[in-house]
Amino acid sequence: MAVFVKGVIFDGVDTTQPDCWRLAAYEARGGYQALRSILQAQMPQEDVIAEVKNSGLRGRGGAGFPTGLKWSFMPRSFPGDKYVVCNTDEGEPGTFKDRDILRYNPHALIEGMIIAGYAMGTRVGYNYIHGEIFAEYELFEAALDEARAAGYLGENILGTGFSFDLFAHHGYGAYICGEETALLESLEGKKGQPRFKPPFPASFGLYGKPTTINNTESFASVPFIIRDGAQKFLEAGKPNNGGTKLFSVSGHVNRPGNYEIPLGTPFSALLEMAGGMKDGSRLKAVIPGGSSAPVLPGEVMMDLTMDYDSISKAGSMLGSGAVIVMNDQVCMVKALERLAYFYHEESCGQCTPCREGTGWLYRVIHRIENGQGRPEDLDLLNSVGNNMAGRTICALADAAVFPVRSFTKHFRDEFEYHIEHRKCLVEHKWC
Amino acid sequence: MLEIEIDGKKLTVPQGSTVIEAAHSIGTYIPHFCYHKKLSIAANCRMCLVEVEKAPKPLPACATPVTDGMKVHTNSDMARNAQKGVMEFLLINHPLDCPICDQGGECQLQDLAVGYGNSASRYQEEKRVVVGKDMGPLISAAEMTRCIHCTRCVRFTEEIGGFQEIGMANRGEFSEILPFLGKTVNSEISGNVIDLCPVGALTSKPFRYSARPWELSRRKSVSPHDGLGSNLIVQVRTGQVMRVLPLENEAINECWLSDRDRFSYEGLNSEERLRVPMIKHGGVWHETDWQTALEYVVKGLNGVSADHGKDAIGVLASPYSTLEELYLVQKLARAFGVNNIDHRLRRSDFRGDEAQQGVQWLGSTILELVSAKSVLLVGSTQRKEQPLLAARLRQAVKKGTELNVLHYAADELLTRVNAGIVLPPQAWVAALGGVLKAVLGLKEGSTTTLDVSAIDVSEDAARIAASLVNAESAAIVLGNVAQHHPDFSQLLMLAQEIGRLTGARFGLTTEAGNSVGAELAGALPKRGPLGTTVTAGLNAREMLASPRKAYVLLNTEVEFDSYDSQQAVAAMKAAETVIALSAYKGQGLLDYADVLLPIAPFTETAGTFVSMEGRVQSFNGVVRPLGEARPAWKVLRVLGNMLGLSGFAYDSVEEIRGECLKAGTDVSANLSNTLSSMPVDFSVAATAGLIRAGEVPMYHADAICRRSPPLQLTAEAAAPRAYVHGSVLQQLGLEEGAAVVAVQGDSQVTLPVAVDNRLAAGVVRLACAHPTTVALGGLFDRIELKRGA
Amino acid sequence: MLTAESLALIDREVAKYPADQARSAVMSALRIALEERRQTGTVPEERCLTTEVIEFVANYLGIPPVAAYEVATFYNMYDMKPVGKYKITVCTNLPCALRGGVDTANYISRKLGIGLGETTPDGKFTLLEGECMGACGDAPVLLLNNHSMCSFMTPEAIDKKLAELE
Ligand SMILES: Cc1cc2nc3c(=O)[nH]c(=O)nc-3n(C[C@H](O)[C@H](O)[C@H](O)COP(=O)(O)O)c2cc1C
Ligand code: SF4
Ligand code: FES
Repeated sequence: MAVFVKGVIFDGVDTTQPDCWRLAAYEARGGYQALRSILQAQMPQEDVIAEVKNSGLRGRGGAGFPTGLKWSFMPRSFPGDKYVVCNTDEGEPGTFKDRDILRYNPHALIEGMIIAGYAMGTRVGYNYIHGEIFAEYELFEAALDEARAAGYLGENILGTGFSFDLFAHHGYGAYICGEETALLESLEGKKGQPRFKPPFPASFGLYGKPTTINNTESFASVPFIIRDGAQKFLEAGKPNNGGTKLFSVSGHVNRPGNYEIPLGTPFSALLEMAGGMKDGSRLKAVIPGGSSAPVLPGEVMMDLTMDYDSISKAGSMLGSGAVIVMNDQVCMVKALERLAYFYHEESCGQCTPCREGTGWLYRVIHRIENGQGRPEDLDLLNSVGNNMAGRTICALADAAVFPVRSFTKHFRDEFEYHIEHRKCLVEHKWC
Repeated sequence: MLEIEIDGKKLTVPQGSTVIEAAHSIGTYIPHFCYHKKLSIAANCRMCLVEVEKAPKPLPACATPVTDGMKVHTNSDMARNAQKGVMEFLLINHPLDCPICDQGGECQLQDLAVGYGNSASRYQEEKRVVVGKDMGPLISAAEMTRCIHCTRCVRFTEEIGGFQEIGMANRGEFSEILPFLGKTVNSEISGNVIDLCPVGALTSKPFRYSARPWELSRRKSVSPHDGLGSNLIVQVRTGQVMRVLPLENEAINECWLSDRDRFSYEGLNSEERLRVPMIKHGGVWHETDWQTALEYVVKGLNGVSADHGKDAIGVLASPYSTLEELYLVQKLARAFGVNNIDHRLRRSDFRGDEAQQGVQWLGSTILELVSAKSVLLVGSTQRKEQPLLAARLRQAVKKGTELNVLHYAADELLTRVNAGIVLPPQAWVAALGGVLKAVLGLKEGSTTTLDVSAIDVSEDAARIAASLVNAESAAIVLGNVAQHHPDFSQLLMLAQEIGRLTGARFGLTTEAGNSVGAELAGALPKRGPLGTTVTAGLNAREMLASPRKAYVLLNTEVEFDSYDSQQAVAAMKAAETVIALSAYKGQGLLDYADVLLPIAPFTETAGTFVSMEGRVQSFNGVVRPLGEARPAWKVLRVLGNMLGLSGFAYDSVEEIRGECLKAGTDVSANLSNTLSSMPVDFSVAATAGLIRAGEVPMYHADAICRRSPPLQLTAEAAAPRAYVHGSVLQQLGLEEGAAVVAVQGDSQVTLPVAVDNRLAAGVVRLACAHPTTVALGGLFDRIELKRGA
Repeated sequence: MLTAESLALIDREVAKYPADQARSAVMSALRIALEERRQTGTVPEERCLTTEVIEFVANYLGIPPVAAYEVATFYNMYDMKPVGKYKITVCTNLPCALRGGVDTANYISRKLGIGLGETTPDGKFTLLEGECMGACGDAPVLLLNNHSMCSFMTPEAIDKKLAELE
């Protein structure tokens, strides 16, 4: 049940209409105009990239890296094959925005990727789609067929001599493939095990060729930026945090769903849009950027605005924009146990600290939750975490440690109570 | 060049170096598990974390490229902390039972845990248990709980072996190293994963639990099993060889060994070892003492020579013998008046003997060969003949070498082949002639005295020619199959012509560990030591085709080692006396020999092997001879004296070596593949019927590996089948697996037929050197297949 | 080993990648192979991937069998163990748990009389716990036979769904 407020990607999309995803509906909303204007004007590649840079668009996949800057890293004059790759492997717990982009507005993504292909001089793109959303994968393939039939994809697009093709690649259940180099490995038909960097994908990416990877939402924002101008996009948010952003609100709210709102909107306003706390319960904690982001106490959250800078100042991350809301019936030990289990399940297994550490963390937390905690366990958790974070190939180990650190920091009393009394401080109920 | 400072020491390293390479270059040790200089970088163990100034986090030294002005601390608090943290993680799920682990005492994890581990574990949870895996008869993977997931083994099979046979399945903590289920690891160089495994997860199956590393002495030696001359460390305990490991030598075997080099030693302790001299009386074998046996030999030789003349005696020596043994055996024979001496037992074409000007060899060093930009391999099963050379060529191809092949099968070389000609053996001379003709076309103004006018140049011949002509360095190599080929001399002549026109070096990958040494020692009918002139005698083929009355066999079982085993055995049986110096009492020898003198294999004697690249490598015995066995050079010395010959008063093997090689002279001056001009016949014999492609199976090549039980358990050692192209099978109206009778002349054997569509039509790939096929004839002669009973 | 239809589907996937990168299609090929087995299998053992099928796929694409096996075991939607006619994977990750994910799993478990990871004796249902499916807004969610996402799975919705499954 997606709910969209005014924004960039979902502007004018009527999700109640079953055909809203179709090419005709997209074109009626002004779709593919950005592509047409670029191709017809033979806009210089660097101008397209400059426009994206000026928009202040930051990567929507989690790290918030400026998209235009990333595009400028691609060796544009490189003679061989190059690729653009979209990351729709949305697996970060709490995040469910990219699925809605595929469902309701896939052509915005397709157009964004064609523009990216044009700007970086690549002829082929791939969209890596999360394993569990097969219907969306099939729908995206249908959208690709429409675009191909209409001459937006393939050889000699719109008769301008520019060629670009785009294919969907379906994942099959591995969170780690959201990490961009694991995604590339997976796209190559291997296990999704992240690569050591350097070399970075811009020089050694898919099949060893220069590659740019962006999140679905990042690409899908591009047509708006080109059509309506960088300035308009930038102004939709706030400085250094350009544009609107999709927030996936889940947990104890009355109306979970996606909200596309200007960056900088107060959390309290977002909470209200989402119908407020479920059954009027009390807000206890919020994970503001997907499960890997540090949890923040409810009262801290209520003072923040939803943008990269504000959330980061408070000690967390905007991440993928997944806002997990928890009320006071949640036992924080139990919640952390579930997240620790997740990272233990999803570690790819190559780095020693992550392979061994995620299991260790989970087992200790599991023990605490089951009344077998020991007084030294909280220190142990933090020490094990310190031996993991920053010592692995990819950031999954860090992602596993952030929740442990933040839960035990902000809700230390609950953990201590658990260890001492061998039971929950709160009368735990999941929902 | 980049400047870097490591723990305060300044040095410069080339662009592209990693921190660990830089550190190792100045002897600064950085702990590591997954890093290996010959494998791709995985950076997964995280043991090598070091502090790099200005980097906020510790970085893996193995994967971090050096940048100019970089300052690295390998021992700072940050680095030590990170390393200790990783060690703790490695140990939490690792069994801490070193005393009962087979790797105990030579375990990298154990060693590093001492320096980087904590005394008490903070991990109180249950430890992981991983079920063992079956990787076949050579590698034990019974204790996979010990695995630390460094993936060295996986990367080895993929990158060096050429085909990924080991994988890491599952994910995260559940990751397991395994071969594909139901399959064993079959690479011919698989045993290297045992050395690569830093813990006791992959261990040697034959060696397992037989000794502790600290009980073993390490002795250097040289492998006899192929022409490469791999350097060995032989580990011994109480007079027995317990294990063989590689001795690193970048110019030869790098840090690897083939499985044949590694596991053959199990054959040294075989039940079939001959421990005491034996004499056959009235068809019954009797053990005897040396004196009696040697007197018997002397009497036999004198008797035959008195009755039939010296020419009735033939000496067949194996090139797996040492230089000194081969030198002495020819010296003894010639001093006694016998000129029939040869070591080229599997050869069929000796037409080049007259034209030969020196000792045949690789034509270049191994390093030169693998750095050539274009290589043409003629008649070679590569991976089976010279497993490590094949692996090294595979690396060369990755670096841009074009590999071209002329063979009767498009065998899986696990590497990219630039151009390949697949034709039955009898068509090879014309095919190589095609390459020559194409070269002439590419090289303006070049000419040859050979008449190539009637030859058609195939597309592949043209591509091979272009590859050789365009490469800045090229090599043409004749493999073992080419050396056994009935047109060997013609092929060599053509290689010489093509080499002359293209600048390519040309030569042979010699079959045995001392093939080159055997030629240097003069174990040849028409050339003495270092090419001295001698009275010509019969070659190996002639000695068997027109049987002698007496044979002296040095270290050979003729039924396995000859071009035509049926003929060889018949000749032995017809002889009045067969004197065999052998380390084994094989069934064949027991049948046809009359006296068996137990001699020491290479591990029990000092000696010298000269490798395919002409490298002279001497070694000492690593254990004492078994039972009454004696080094062959001592046996020959005594025999010389007992026969009343002069010049056999040697005190040491060094004396013999010095005499043979004329101490101080440059051996390489004797190496030459050049043939004086010889005519070449390009006509292709009518191809009605089938030709046998009689290959030597990898694990039956020599007497020792034949008797290694673990090697004999491999898939490679399975009983031979008659392989034919599918179309041949159809023409014959047979089905895969059906029993067929293979007929060569008067001899025949029954065995299953199988399809191999990589074969040229017209050939039957049917191995020799195996008990089930010794009744057959020539390796590359006519053969007929008929439906069996 | 696979039907012509399945092979055609695999060929379509192979065509998405550069000519020398058929390996990229291994995930789809395994998925297609598994889907064929799921549809044609009559007992749980016939509905999952076997080493024979994996080897076939590997050979079809020209990659080492163990490499295909690595892939089949790394991604958790490939069924490597016998599986019921209907495989129900319930998301129990935190965002879903906050909205009934765990309760849903428990409800189904009680209703089918099997625990997580188990298959009903008649081979009809297998119940599994899953990780985030990227649909937390629709919680509780479950995935039916890998490809069909069922949203807002309240007890009533579950009753209805199970009744539909023959
Ligand atoms: C463990 C892990 C999981 C990730 N999962 C996702 C994901 O599901 N979707 C995504 O877009 N980015 C994910 N990322 C981030 C990507 O690596 C990458 O930064 C991103 O796709 C780049 O796109 P952007 O610049 O448009 O954000 C993940 C990173 C890590 C370390
Ligand atoms: S940190 Fe974990 S998930 Fe990331 S590469 Fe290392 S083992 Fe894999
Ligand atoms: S040696 Fe560097 S990470 Fe293993």
